[in-house]
Amino acid sequence: MTDEAALAATPVLLGRYTDASITDRIADIVLARPVHWGWIAAAMVSGALTLLFVVAISYLFAKGVGIWGNNQPVAWAFAITNFVWWVGIGHAGTFISAFLLLLRQRWRTSINRFAEAMTIFAVAMAGLMPILHLGRPWFFYWLIPYPNIMNLWPQWRSPLMWDIFAIGTYIIVSLLFWYMGLIADLATLRDRARKRWQQVAYGLAALGWRGDARHWARFDSAYLLMAGLATPLVISVHSVVSLDFAIGNTPGWHSTIFPPYFVAGALFSGFAMALTLAIPMRRIFRLKAFITARHLDNMAKLMLVCCLIVTYSYATEIFMAYYSADRYEIAMTVNRMQGPYAPVYWSVVLCNVIVPQALWSANVRASTVSLFVIAIVVNIGMWLERFMIIVSSLNRDFLPSSWHVYAPTFWDLATLAGSIGTFALLFLLFVRVLPAISIAEMRKLARDKEAARA
Amino acid sequence: MQFWRGLDELDGVAAPPVAAATTPLAFARRDFIKLMAAPLALAAGGCGRVPLEKIVPYRDGPAQDGYGKPVFYASAIARDGYGCGVLVETNMGRPTKIEGNPSHPASLGATDIFAQAAVLELWDPDRANTHARQGAIDTWSRFAGELQSRLRESHDGSGLRILTETVTSPTLHDQLRALLARYPGARWHQWQPVNRDNVHAGGVLAFGEAVEPRYRFADARVIVALDADIVGSMPGCVRYAREIADARRSERASQMSRIYAAEGSPSLTGALADHRLVVRTGDVAALAQRLADRLLAHGAGQAAAAPPDAASSWIDAVAADLAQHRGASVVVAGDRQPPAVHALVHAINHALGNDATTVMVAAPVAFAADSHFESLRTLAADIGAGRVAALLVLGGNPAYNAPRDFDFDAALRKLRWSAHVATYNDETSAACTWHVAAAHALESWGDIRAFDGSVTIQQPCIAPLYDGKSAHEVLSVLLDGNPQPGYGITRAYWQRAHGDGGDFEKFWQNALWQGIVDDGAAARAVARAAAPRAAASPMPVARRSDDVELLLAPDPTLGDGRHANNAWLQELPKPLTTLTWDNAALVSPAFAAWRGLDNEDVVELRIGDNAVRAPVWILPGHADNAVTLHLGFGRTRAGSVGNGVGVDAYRLFDSATRGLVASVGVTKVGGKHRLAAAQSHARMEGRDLARMIGKDDAARCESTGCAPAHANDPKASLYPAFPYDGYKWGMSIDQGSCIGCAACTIACQAENNIPVVGRDEVLLGREMHWIRVDRYYTGSRDAPRTLFQPVPCMQCEHAPCEVVCPVEASVHDAEGLNVQVYNRCVGTRFCSNNCPYKVRRFNWIAYTRSAPSLDAQRNPQVTVRMRGVMEKCSYCIQRIERARIDADRGNRRIADGDVVTACQAVCPTQAIVFGDLNDPRSQVVARKASPLDYTLLAELNTRPRTSYLPKVLNASAELADDEGAAGAEPRGRS
Repeated sequence: MTDEAALAATPVLLGRYTDASITDRIADIVLARPVHWGWIAAAMVSGALTLLFVVAISYLFAKGVGIWGNNQPVAWAFAITNFVWWVGIGHAGTFISAFLLLLRQRWRTSINRFAEAMTIFAVAMAGLMPILHLGRPWFFYWLIPYPNIMNLWPQWRSPLMWDIFAIGTYIIVSLLFWYMGLIADLATLRDRARKRWQQVAYGLAALGWRGDARHWARFDSAYLLMAGLATPLVISVHSVVSLDFAIGNTPGWHSTIFPPYFVAGALFSGFAMALTLAIPMRRIFRLKAFITARHLDNMAKLMLVCCLIVTYSYATEIFMAYYSADRYEIAMTVNRMQGPYAPVYWSVVLCNVIVPQALWSANVRASTVSLFVIAIVVNIGMWLERFMIIVSSLNRDFLPSSWHVYAPTFWDLATLAGSIGTFALLFLLFVRVLPAISIAEMRKLARDKEAARA
Repeated sequence: MQFWRGLDELDGVAAPPVAAATTPLAFARRDFIKLMAAPLALAAGGCGRVPLEKIVPYRDGPAQDGYGKPVFYASAIARDGYGCGVLVETNMGRPTKIEGNPSHPASLGATDIFAQAAVLELWDPDRANTHARQGAIDTWSRFAGELQSRLRESHDGSGLRILTETVTSPTLHDQLRALLARYPGARWHQWQPVNRDNVHAGGVLAFGEAVEPRYRFADARVIVALDADIVGSMPGCVRYAREIADARRSERASQMSRIYAAEGSPSLTGALADHRLVVRTGDVAALAQRLADRLLAHGAGQAAAAPPDAASSWIDAVAADLAQHRGASVVVAGDRQPPAVHALVHAINHALGNDATTVMVAAPVAFAADSHFESLRTLAADIGAGRVAALLVLGGNPAYNAPRDFDFDAALRKLRWSAHVATYNDETSAACTWHVAAAHALESWGDIRAFDGSVTIQQPCIAPLYDGKSAHEVLSVLLDGNPQPGYGITRAYWQRAHGDGGDFEKFWQNALWQGIVDDGAAARAVARAAAPRAAASPMPVARRSDDVELLLAPDPTLGDGRHANNAWLQELPKPLTTLTWDNAALVSPAFAAWRGLDNEDVVELRIGDNAVRAPVWILPGHADNAVTLHLGFGRTRAGSVGNGVGVDAYRLFDSATRGLVASVGVTKVGGKHRLAAAQSHARMEGRDLARMIGKDDAARCESTGCAPAHANDPKASLYPAFPYDGYKWGMSIDQGSCIGCAACTIACQAENNIPVVGRDEVLLGREMHWIRVDRYYTGSRDAPRTLFQPVPCMQCEHAPCEVVCPVEASVHDAEGLNVQVYNRCVGTRFCSNNCPYKVRRFNWIAYTRSAPSLDAQRNPQVTVRMRGVMEKCSYCIQRIERARIDADRGNRRIADGDVVTACQAVCPTQAIVFGDLNDPRSQVVARKASPLDYTLLAELNTRPRTSYLPKVLNASAELADDEGAAGAEPRGRS
């Protein structure tokens, strides 16, 4: 039996480290350590999926969105599901790096870097999806407000317009925040690199960082300010994404609970994805001392909190359908539970409500295997939840004459699998090219620990 | 490196020496003149003008200033041989759209689906574009030569046979008569699977001669349809539908007529009926007998002896109602009912005093009312006996659609010489020596009679695209020795018919100008005073009640199969089943339950040694122990669209059963065949969508006024109302008038360049029709009530689609239209998600097929949409703009009736009315003023401009209780 208190008391850094040994441990992954077979295997699989993604996109552009299974009532399906899912996954990174920074949660230090990278790659995948989903993707820029000879502006009342701003802001701020945090580490890599091209590349990227006190003073205040900027985005992005649905009049979409419901769901899937990445990474790169059971435990607990909020939202939706006495809302709820997509609904309940309850147990939270499995289950569950919201609401709305069932085609699945593969490949490359854990912050942590010991 | 100049050289065939071509030609002066004599003479001869064949635009057709404007020509389109007057819209010389001819009695301004689709057949790239002899391209003059040499083989034409379809063309009949007179050995046969043999034979039974009844439904208060699809397929159905609708409008509900229908296979008339009795098609005869027993003088005693059953109360009610409306009632027997039923119905109508009030008994419209079955049987036998030397097939497709027992395809192949004159190189063409590419009805001169005998001269609206020849021109080869132009033949006939009295030129101009021959009603109704003879009882049908009956009926959208290559008709959801691109074995829900059948299960239908396999479709309201399978599918040489679509039901069609088989084996063989139904859910789920009210309720509103149904519809809005100070367009759809014929859907498709998507895309749910006809059932699944609801774009005042489009491709205009800007649309499809009516249609891939001839069909005033763009009903904005230009030029407002949308124009029952809501005198304002007027999903506060009138049901008090009884809701696929 794992003791609850002991688990929570696990230090966030195991062992004693000097600045140099911390730097060695982290920078060696990039500069010195030979490629691990696990990395190669993962890169091959994700590389193949990336190729599939390229093929799927090329065929899509050549032929049109008709290669997917979308139809008349179900005009949105996989692409938008993928979009919402990926945006959601992005949330955990910003939450960990910015939100927890502001709250002075020290344990975030060893996971924020890779969580931010995860955010950026996830948002990149998310940003692709609405463009792929357009009927005429080559005109995607018409959604962007820019002065043009037609003197035409976008429709400001459309939530898709708000999406452009929300996602655009989010990706810019995330990228800047991530890059700012990287600068000191890039300088370290520059200084330690032996190969000329690495020295040049890291040197250019490090923007002349010398690590002097004034640099650090400015860095610290700027980083804190950026964190302050990024924090509201955690709330705003998915709130706006949820308005894509809440503004619509479709039963199952038209609901005021959507913004908080979506944000909680986003964090839920974000932490699940962070765990999905952290668990194999700490094993392959022998980072168990840096990413300890404490980190996993904290993330698991946050997942559980999100699970409870999401569960509450599900219950509220059902209650409101009943309480509103709205014929269409009730029919939609019954359709979700009993209609053609009932298996999806009950899978969502299983994955997002029932399975995560295991996280109440410290034993489960202490076991990397069970955590990994639950994280994967939640990832699947959250994807299915978005699918449920989008497809099972659209397939049967107001006029029964128009009801029609949607089924994905090979290309729908290829696009989803391809985006996962591309995301994974980007992440794998990131791990080999940039320090996956913040060296500078870890040094600070180690020093503080030594100071506390002394 | 070896260059090759042509394929011959590459293949090793010696090329002509190059030197020969480069040797300078040296001509002596005399040689030059000798050589050039012929070309010069020809050139001089060619200076003569092409004979002028003047076509005349319809009535108020534009003067010559209308370049770029459409010009309308009156003509007629045949359906199973019977003409329907149409106006052909031509744009810069290209026929692009068909409208009904308001002056024509069979049209009254509307058309059926086939006339709408005719324009696509004209431009079909698969049409035969060359003449062919044994499959190889050949010339018209060679054909004419061969035909004449065949004729010369015998002095009196013996051995020459001509096979036509139903002939209602006076000119063609005149040619045939002349031919037979000159060559007494020749014979004329007729075959058309959709024929009126039974009607004619019923006349013989009743009156001693073939007759064809015509009806005046306007004067009928009680209409009884015995397996008769009065509004859907009977000759004259377009007019009949209008007469019936006019007699049943909700604003005069107290006066409305009542319709009873008895049928086994659901039809549009059955769906329209106030009381529909489900009996098997083969049992209708017995039902007719029981009805006759009740109504005819001495029958009362016998009827009392009959044991009561499900039909008893229906017969009681019908008999009572008919007896109360003597002289204002009508009983109609369906074409497929045996002659005895027709004779019985003649007797009933006579006994009820309906002669000459609602029923006109007149000579048949078709020339030579001989039995088609017997005619073709004789021909097949003669071919078998070697008595036929040459066969000329004018139209039709007997190799495909002849009764199976005639084995006509093999018979054709046995012939030494045969020729098939048809627009498609089809199954029959393949079996014949010659295929002569026929000119389409829109390319050739001709004439045709309508259901009531009135004649229309068919004008060509375009020169033949592919050197096509009309039947007249082919026959003139036999008659005149050398082919005459169709114009001359038709005109000469009418000149003779017109006689010397009066000004023929004026008569001719008039006939072309108004689309109907003013011939003093010579051919029209000749009412007969003679009473029908005592009717013989219909032959009792010897069968056990558990035998499964098979009905082989012409398909609602493909007819007998002649329209199989018409993609519009293939994709048009069939009324009632909403199936596209397939036929299916239609069965009742109860039968399916007994046999453990589900939708799309493949069954084998077996009669003796013949069997076909077809997927099952469960159709509420179908008779139990009966199967309907539509003819016209399974074509092998229809063209790239129609080949291999569906199953060929003609393999079970023989001359003994004539499509109504008393007993068929039905076995489930396993496997599924997916059926592309346009509508997968048939219940309204308790929602207030298609409304139906009783006659009494409607009548109350008519006299004393009642609370308007729409009073509480507009809910509060944060936005101020937009002041429409110009025009304000709106539409009203009367579900009481709508018969569900789907003509609006196909008219819209033709008008608005709507692409066809094909079976696979329909299966995915991607059909593109801008106006669809939703069909809902209420009541029990075995005998449901059917409601049709045409759904175009509602053009909502608070359109949910508009606010969600990020690029403003969906916007509201200053006249209230919800406009879709195609070239701004990027295809987010949010508008479609947000449309509660789901009327938006998306170009998922590039649907519009480009072929030179298809491009020529398109309406030049409507953009052809590219892939990735959303589209939807525009209230025919191009027609609004056309009217606006005309009005502006006259410095006036657009008047009511200036803008007629395509769906409104084609609607046989005038269920659709469109106009300016700011014009207090407009028809649409009057419609919307009805207290019964309501909007769809009003609770969403979308404020639609398209509103509906409910279906009004004139239920009989005697039958009210046992209909609409609560039961299991009918099952649709979901």
